[in-house]
Amino acid sequence: MSTRRLVVLGLLVSALVAGVLSFYASGHPDGLTHVAQSLGFSGTARSSAASGSPLAGYAVAGVHDARLSGGLAGLLGIAVVGLVMTGLVLLLRRRAPRSED
Amino acid sequence: MHVPDGFLDAPTSVGTAVVSAGVVAACLVRSARHELTDRSAPLAGLVAVFIFAAQMLTFPVGAGTSGHLLGGVLAAVLVGPATATLCLTVVVTVQAFLFADGGVSALGTNVLLMGVVAVWVGYGAFRVAVALLPKRLSSVSVAAGVGAFVSVPVAALAFVGLYALGGAAPIPLAQLAAVMTGWHVVIGVGEAVITVLAVSSVVAARPDLVYGARGRLPALVLLTPEPVA
Repeated sequence: MSTRRLVVLGLLVSALVAGVLSFYASGHPDGLTHVAQSLGFSGTARSSAASGSPLAGYAVAGVHDARLSGGLAGLLGIAVVGLVMTGLVLLLRRRAPRSED
Repeated sequence: MHVPDGFLDAPTSVGTAVVSAGVVAACLVRSARHELTDRSAPLAGLVAVFIFAAQMLTFPVGAGTSGHLLGGVLAAVLVGPATATLCLTVVVTVQAFLFADGGVSALGTNVLLMGVVAVWVGYGAFRVAVALLPKRLSSVSVAAGVGAFVSVPVAALAFVGLYALGGAAPIPLAQLAAVMTGWHVVIGVGEAVITVLAVSSVVAARPDLVYGARGRLPALVLLTPEPVA
């Protein structure tokens, strides 16, 4: 399998997970949140400084259909993470002196 | 596992940010010099994307609790531990600023727990497991599962350690350690399953791109045509 084919396939799987399957994710609190609630220190959490972000809570502000809003937020997140990481890798590949391979 | 703002006091949050920044800086250098190659570089972007996507898919672990992939060992085995730290740092940073998932002042803490502790301790467990297992390519995926399983309760215990230093509320630490470990051992099983699936898929398709499989590929044999008698 060519590297390009592998990457495209991996991106499609990721898009399916973030864009579609994430709607069916468990709505329960995660391990840390659950422990904080059961031991009584969840109240010390403060609202994030980024809570006003239009994508806060994995939903797109103004899109009211939960399935669409969450799916769009997931796809946007994939795009941003992919662009930032790829940019970083390109920068590192260009700058770095090679010590092997 | 995403720590919100307020769980840890300001000095502890600043401390974790300083430590994380130092480790990330060292990982930038190590990743560029020893891990990223022209062939494997495209995989690094994909790994970060997949971890972001998989972290959205929280799975139930019983009693009204859920867990999600951390992805540290998955990334470390596929693209190398320093590059894995960079992947997790990008994912956790985007989550904090765009999605308000994990606090902004807690960003250093979350990078430390998921991008440093889970990655490097989990990768260490992977290396031990891969050295003990038969020298086959399939051992890479199994060892990745072992490392992944270990990485989750270790990261949870690292949080307890930070809470001992600068937790906002007076919580009995032994009890905190016990329940954090208990839940995260269960979540670690899910982490191992997803990691084995992802790593074995890439090993099946392109073992030559997998960092953790370096030195395990059969040597190339030069085939020459039989001389015609």
